[in-house]
Amino acid sequence: MGSVNTKVTLCGIEMDNPIIPASGTFGFGYEFAELYDINCLGTFSFKGTTKDPRFGNPTPRIAECYAGMINAVGLQNPGVEKVISEELPRLAKCFHKPVMANVSGFAIEDYAYTCEKLDKEDQVGWLEVNVSCPNVHGGGMSFGTQPEAAAAVTRAVKAVTKKPVIIKLSPNVTDIVSIAKACEEAGADGISLINTLLGMRINLNTRKPVIANKMGGFSGPAIFPVAVRMVYQVAHAVKIPVVGMGGVSSAEDVIELMLAGATAVEVGAANLVNPFACRDIINDLPRVMEKYRIQSLSEIIGQA
Amino acid sequence: MKQGIFEIKSNIALTATVYKMVLVGDTSDVTAPGQFVNILLDGLFLRRPISVNDCVGDELILIYKVVGKGTEQMAKMTAGQTLDVLTGLGNGYDLSKAGDRPLLIGGGVGVPPLYMLARQLREAGKEVSVILGFNTKDEVFCEADFKALGCDTTVTTVDGSYGVKGFVTNALPESYTYFYTCGPEPMLKAVYKATVTDGQFSFEERMGCGFGACMGCSCKTVTGNKRICKEGPVLTKEDIIWEA
Ligand SMILES: Cc1cc2nc3c(=O)[nH]c(=O)nc-3n(C[C@H](O)[C@H](O)[C@H](O)COP(=O)(O)OP(=O)(O)OC[C@H]3O[C@@H](n4cnc5c(N)ncnc54)[C@H](O)[C@@H]3O)c2cc1C
Ligand SMILES: Cc1cc2nc3c(=O)[nH]c(=O)nc-3n(C[C@H](O)[C@H](O)[C@H](O)COP(=O)(O)O)c2cc1C
Ligand code: FES
Repeated sequence: MGSVNTKVTLCGIEMDNPIIPASGTFGFGYEFAELYDINCLGTFSFKGTTKDPRFGNPTPRIAECYAGMINAVGLQNPGVEKVISEELPRLAKCFHKPVMANVSGFAIEDYAYTCEKLDKEDQVGWLEVNVSCPNVHGGGMSFGTQPEAAAAVTRAVKAVTKKPVIIKLSPNVTDIVSIAKACEEAGADGISLINTLLGMRINLNTRKPVIANKMGGFSGPAIFPVAVRMVYQVAHAVKIPVVGMGGVSSAEDVIELMLAGATAVEVGAANLVNPFACRDIINDLPRVMEKYRIQSLSEIIGQA
Repeated sequence: MKQGIFEIKSNIALTATVYKMVLVGDTSDVTAPGQFVNILLDGLFLRRPISVNDCVGDELILIYKVVGKGTEQMAKMTAGQTLDVLTGLGNGYDLSKAGDRPLLIGGGVGVPPLYMLARQLREAGKEVSVILGFNTKDEVFCEADFKALGCDTTVTTVDGSYGVKGFVTNALPESYTYFYTCGPEPMLKAVYKATVTDGQFSFEERMGCGFGACMGCSCKTVTGNKRICKEGPVLTKEDIIWEA
């Protein structure tokens, strides 16, 4: 079959391939840039950025699960000012494509503040607005669990930026479709999902929760079927593009999520275990495409 | 950091629960004592961090205690089997501060990383004192290795069944130029209080990645937030903030 076409277009921006390291699992890219040329990526979503600097939750923040992990990092980041003054210039040296800026907040004004700042940065291609982080008390979670609140964040962000706005949804809801639709109606340019599932582990020796914060976000291969289901539901209900994620660790998984309706695919926890995971998936895509007789990836989006 | 496949050369028990594994592979990224490696194991999602006990040529030596599924699996492995290992993780100890008569203080499985440090300090002509703390006689390991390097080596046991009775802090020498320590956190706190010079402490934390990507292992220090896996595991005495 010769050369296959891995290009996709996400909210008007063409990407060499649909592979995007997921926010929180790729830092600001440098650790990985030491290992391989990260320009092979479609793009990547940088660490969840907030208005003010955050240390995050106490440690332990990590627990292991079958085929996955729980994290309760709590959005540790240097705050949007430092992200712009320090991280982005450093990133510019090793990454030459539009990057996806992941934004979190605890009030609608925070989201707008952070997005307005990032809107002015040429390096930023997309804004991925996380209304779902389950780690922070009284924070992110509530926006993503109510259609009106998610829509309010969407409107506030859309009002301050011309860049495509992708709303990142929480799977910890009863009706994902109604929330996705509310965001679409509020002007979202895309939807990404799924964020982590709320989970918990208990240490039998200490008889206490493993994680200091008690609960955290469960991700990794174990959640892949949930991701496929939710991407499928949302992609069939909205007209805007969907970025799929949750447990992806192989080129086959990427194709499965695209068949479910994803235009692009994020890879999270897999990067932490195999730092070369995204590069390996990208290198393997042509082989798997040929195996399943796929000439162009963009043709299979939502075929299932 | 490098990812490599290492072949097990040997894997022997030192005590009822502590094993020594010699691996062979590309060790070129192991640049300082006190660094660690992160090991992928069958059926377990997260890698397991283990300190470098020593590294000579293409041999990487690890000493680990069996405490759960991952270390149990390691203990069952035999020569010829292979492991996927990330090497060159963490900052490691800074030897330049040692002075002429550095003191090394290790407790339990905090003892292993001090060996490579002691060897390099001895090679640099330093007079090295070592205090190794254990709970009881049956748990003592590595004593002969430090003695063979020519270190002035003292063992303490909590129950007094071997060496000096009590904690490592019961055996501190009168004078030393600097100190290096690794062990359980209560020991590190006691060492922090009992020592009279500057020094370096190696910390442990639950890790997601081990190479700085996930922010799973962060701690606050005097000079700002640090990742135990990247800006650590070794922190200087003056940099440490003890959490309540
Ligand atoms: C930088 C560093 C260096 C270390 N060096 C050594 C060493 O040289 N020798 C040695 O015996 N042990 C060392 N440890 C501790 C070792 O990593 C744990 O004992 C080991 O991961 C336990 O795995 P398990 O599957 O047997 O236990 P399980 O309890 O089944 O592990 C479950 C999860 O908890 C994590 N975990 C459990 N105990 C610890 C711990 N004490 N610290 C961090 N994570 C933990 C595991 O990595 C895993 O993700 C080190 C830890 C760190 C962070
Ligand atoms: C350690 C860690 C930190 C994360 N931090 C963020 C974050 O800051 N912002 C965000 O939107 N999602 C964050 N996530 C969620 C991931 O981006 C992703 O949605 C989720 O982990 C599911 O993908 P996976 O199963 O491939 O990991 C984090 C996940 C992990 C494991
Ligand atoms: S363990 Fe991931 S940043 Fe340290």
